[in-house]
Amino acid sequence: MEKANTKKRSSNDIIMTLLKGRTLIILGILVVLFSIITNNFFSLNTGLTIAKHVALYGILGLGMTYVLITGGIDLSVGAVAGLAGMIAGGLINQGLTLSAFGVTIYFSAPLVFFITACVGILFGWLNGIIITKLNVVPFIATLGTMNIARGLANLRSGGATFSNIVGKEALGNTGFDFLGKSILGIPVGVIILVILAIVAGIILKYTSFGWHILAIGGNERAAKLSGIKVNREKTYVYMFSGLCSAIVGMIAAAQLVAAHPATGEGWEMNAISSAVLGGTSMAGGIGTAGGTIIGAFIIGVINDGMTMYGVSEFWQKIIKGIVVILAVVIDQFQRNLQAKMALQARNENK
Amino acid sequence: MDKNVVLHAEAVDKIYPGTKALDNVSYDVERGKVNVLIGENGAGKSTLMKIIAGIEQPSSGKLYLDGEEVSFKNTTEARNHGIGIIHQELSLFPNLNVYQNIFMGREYTQGIKLNNKKHAKLTQKVLEKLEHPIDENTIVGDLRVGQQQMIEIARNFIQDDLKILIMDEPTSSLSQQEVEVLFKLMREFTAQGISIVYISHRLEEILKIGDNVTILRDGKYVARAEVSDIDVPWIVQQMVGEGKSYPKKERKIDWSKQEKVLEVKDLSLPKSGGGFLLDHVNFDLKKGEILGIYGLMGAGRTEIFECIMGLRPEHTGEIYKNGNKIEVKNISQQLDQGFALVPEDRQKEGLVQTLNIGKNISLSSLKNYCKFIFLNGKEENESIDKQIKDIMIKVADKKLPILSLSGGNQQKVVIGKGILTNPEILLLDEPSRGIDIGAKTEVFDIINQYAELGLSIIVISSELKEIVSIADRVIVLSNGIKTGEFSEDQITEDTLVLSSYKGHHGHESKKES
Repeated sequence: MEKANTKKRSSNDIIMTLLKGRTLIILGILVVLFSIITNNFFSLNTGLTIAKHVALYGILGLGMTYVLITGGIDLSVGAVAGLAGMIAGGLINQGLTLSAFGVTIYFSAPLVFFITACVGILFGWLNGIIITKLNVVPFIATLGTMNIARGLANLRSGGATFSNIVGKEALGNTGFDFLGKSILGIPVGVIILVILAIVAGIILKYTSFGWHILAIGGNERAAKLSGIKVNREKTYVYMFSGLCSAIVGMIAAAQLVAAHPATGEGWEMNAISSAVLGGTSMAGGIGTAGGTIIGAFIIGVINDGMTMYGVSEFWQKIIKGIVVILAVVIDQFQRNLQAKMALQARNENK
Repeated sequence: MDKNVVLHAEAVDKIYPGTKALDNVSYDVERGKVNVLIGENGAGKSTLMKIIAGIEQPSSGKLYLDGEEVSFKNTTEARNHGIGIIHQELSLFPNLNVYQNIFMGREYTQGIKLNNKKHAKLTQKVLEKLEHPIDENTIVGDLRVGQQQMIEIARNFIQDDLKILIMDEPTSSLSQQEVEVLFKLMREFTAQGISIVYISHRLEEILKIGDNVTILRDGKYVARAEVSDIDVPWIVQQMVGEGKSYPKKERKIDWSKQEKVLEVKDLSLPKSGGGFLLDHVNFDLKKGEILGIYGLMGAGRTEIFECIMGLRPEHTGEIYKNGNKIEVKNISQQLDQGFALVPEDRQKEGLVQTLNIGKNISLSSLKNYCKFIFLNGKEENESIDKQIKDIMIKVADKKLPILSLSGGNQQKVVIGKGILTNPEILLLDEPSRGIDIGAKTEVFDIINQYAELGLSIIVISSELKEIVSIADRVIVLSNGIKTGEFSEDQITEDTLVLSSYKGHHGHESKKES
């Protein structure tokens, strides 16, 4: 009996380790698979292209991870990214016209970054206020702001594209396309992704704010009774997500050197998929920044790998859908196993 | 087979991965009797009952109902054989109304249309029979916990052909009055030949209502006896292997000379439908004192804590701490002012199930371990370790999930979280609810230990014996009114019970005049 128990336990431990490392394992398998079936997949160039794409939904995924951890959801990220691109592109190309004074002000690129980031944060704050103060469920609140942001993005240019957003020497506003360039061969977007991931990871693990949001998602009532300012911290989380969206909007615009009001449509789904593939629980309370980055790479490899292999876009969508559902199923299996093992430990402690 | 035995379980084993919850247990349910089943948490009582009610299947062993071998794949099969169960944790639908809850899964229909008239009528009838009239259209989530439990009970009493009713700690959230009603009903049912299996942690109840007692320990059968032949110390001894009870402590302190740390004046809380949940309540708390609050369900006990902690912004009245009037704004401010709360519902309000043991302990005081915005992990871990040691939480590793602890140790974690904020005033709401006797004694030891160190403590408890043994002074609430205040020798079970019913009459006479 004793022996059988130990045997069972160690096999459980092995399964558990495999489950915990599953996102990396899946990523590895995908890379190997596409390297075999597709020419040129396993190359630095392809890697950098994928990384460039991954940076976009990876950063959105980081903000989404925070939101999901509190038990919420942010559907507005794609639209806010689109709006951010339009605001940044507009400020570079047309400046800010104050009709009352009859002047048009052109801001330098760093100032444009700052203003656009503020708009993103403002949208996040709006989400937070609607959710915490007006008690609208996150799904509906962010569905609303998603449409508002998309509408504003279209209004900014009347639906047209801002092209060639590089600025003019004479106006002193060049340098916006920096976000789309590379440093030592590494795309700036990827560098930002890495920095943000490290910061987000550290905040989650080593600050009281991080633990507070984990607690809010785990049991909001208990968190409140523990003295955590639930509403305030939730609002911060949506503001962070808004900031991430704005950054992504600017990177996307800079990569294309153009801003289109439809940019970012459907990106919220990539962000959610990245987070969920990375082990973030839709029920709240569980999630890591690192996991989300791996999740984003899985989505990126599937996207670009299948495109290179020649799988039609329609099939890509179907496969991505299956992968996300499978991820959640495996996640639940892991959680059940974990609960079982905890119960076991509890009984053995007796 | 003995004709007096309605159900016989023969050599039942239940093996969960890695543990044997039941080990060769044989058990008889006597016809028309209250069959009490007791044991500490994890002794296997609930598992045995789940097997009888068809929720779980035994790994080996047999069940005989009226001498015939039966096996139940699910609760419906067990129910068809006349076996009903009332769960320890409520399994109601808070979003639905009373009659929808009672008839869920066995609706009466006319064609495809629900016969809600019949539902409502039968619900009224059964609730009247239970002497607990509740409007059958009320949404269950709006009811108090005690009333909700009545609904759960009523659900089983709808059955006509009930042979065996399993009650897993049905009284843990009932008031004394509600318990009396329940006991009367149980006797009526046994008189009709229905057999009851009764699980409870309240020993005095068992002696009052039970006919025979079976004791389990660590999944094994320990003893069986007729209630007339035994007493509380015997039961406790069988359960834990050693004699344990709560001795009344003797503290030689002249309370009149102690300074007041808290004074509450004219505390009132309006009820949504008019009237008061708390009606001009006054009390004070001395340094190092343990003040007990006793009252029936709905008397306003928890509401006092909610007002003090800033969870009820609509309250009126004045609160003085160390002689200074304080403004109660919100709970985090109250924590900063030296108050700490251990809430009543451990799972819903006390713990964050997704965090580990250590984090659950430090959750309220994380900001004390922050440098700039970063946590000082070392300092935090030292405090957690110290707290774990101080309050005797039995834990192998503080990084384990919180749910790997037993109920008693989970409760100690919640208490530890409160104490770690360095409060001057600790509010404990039913700190011994749902934990076994061994853990209860330890929780009381912790309370006493911190009171000796000068912490002022207010304890809400529904268990008379507990409150009598632990409190230096007791105030009694009834319908939101303070109906009694007792200290030292005046604190007896009789005086407390008497006061707890006072307001009810007072309220009625007020209505009449």
